[in-house]
Amino acid sequence: MAEPTVTLKVTRYRPGKDSAPTLQSYTVPYRQDWVVLDALNHIKDQIDGTLSYRWSCRMGVCGSCGMMVNGVPKLTCAAFLRDYYPQEIRVEPLSHFPVIRDLVIDMSDFLDKLKSVKPWIIRKSEKPVSEGEYLQSPAQLEAYKQFTQCINCMLCYAACPVYGLEPEFLGPAAIALGYRYNMDSRDEGKDQRGPVLASHNGIWQCTFVGECSEVCPKDVDPAAAIQRSKVDHTKNWFKSVLLPWGGR
Amino acid sequence: MSVVRPDKSKLFYHELPPSWWLSKRSYFLFMLRELSSVFIAIFLVVFLIQLYQLTRGPEAYAAFTQKLSSPGWIVLNLITFLFALYHSITWFYSSAIVLPLRIGEREMPRNLFVALNVGALAVVSLVILVLFLALKG
Repeated sequence: MAEPTVTLKVTRYRPGKDSAPTLQSYTVPYRQDWVVLDALNHIKDQIDGTLSYRWSCRMGVCGSCGMMVNGVPKLTCAAFLRDYYPQEIRVEPLSHFPVIRDLVIDMSDFLDKLKSVKPWIIRKSEKPVSEGEYLQSPAQLEAYKQFTQCINCMLCYAACPVYGLEPEFLGPAAIALGYRYNMDSRDEGKDQRGPVLASHNGIWQCTFVGECSEVCPKDVDPAAAIQRSKVDHTKNWFKSVLLPWGGR
Repeated sequence: MSVVRPDKSKLFYHELPPSWWLSKRSYFLFMLRELSSVFIAIFLVVFLIQLYQLTRGPEAYAAFTQKLSSPGWIVLNLITFLFALYHSITWFYSSAIVLPLRIGEREMPRNLFVALNVGALAVVSLVILVLFLALKG
């Protein structure tokens, strides 16, 4: 009996040669336990070695293999062929990002934005090691833990129409990570992140479509982080206006 | 550390078509939520005019409410009511995300939060309806 197969339509774009991306069909063996990334690896190894895409861990940790699968942002290491079979599967580069080649997008815009929110613990002054660790209660950890799960896969950017329409928008993951450090009881860098997060291209660009949280493979819920940041910044603004000591 | 940037002239840039909001159900529902505010704004403007007519005396008010009872206005009000209902429910969903309630150490399940709010809305609406009918009678 002939081995079952599945067809993948994969974006091809050769910089300097193609004026626009095109879809190329590949037929690969269908296996119940294969994910889309396995099928791409099969194409690369057995059919067409010129196909370019990013991947690394194959286990939903590194965040490298994000692509559009049938128009939905997915980690291809977690998108099983069996969920699409026997229909053909369209694999495209992440939406809203410039394409470098085939399925590889240019992520430098995201990396710049991520850096701009200073996603690390900022202290006004470090205490000496001899004084011990910065202790935290379970409740203090709970306040930001969910937002630490972000793997920078950029699926949320590909799902966000605001980012698609306004590329200057800081975007879901960068804001969620800025919020994560703002909520960390050990951090003292809120004042440094504030001007970036609450700028015109920051949280106020978000119209709360909510799709970022829907596609997040780690349940980070960036939409919640953005809306809660809006509440925090609004409260701080009122305090700074109404209270004589500026809410400090 | 310097970061190697790809040659921008060789990148391909996609543009979102104006019909992007028709490409996904969730985008369409989002646009409906946005659109609902237009109908609610129209309703509120009409309501303000209605209040203004009160200051002009019973005849002016009666003439204005007579106009509002035409089929066109009733259809518009019905559409506005459905949009207001949709906006309220999506608002409760948004509130559950923005201002989650905590029960002890755990966040209240979002669906429970929405159900409680919808219940409260129904009770308040019912009370207003009863009061309205009682005062009218």
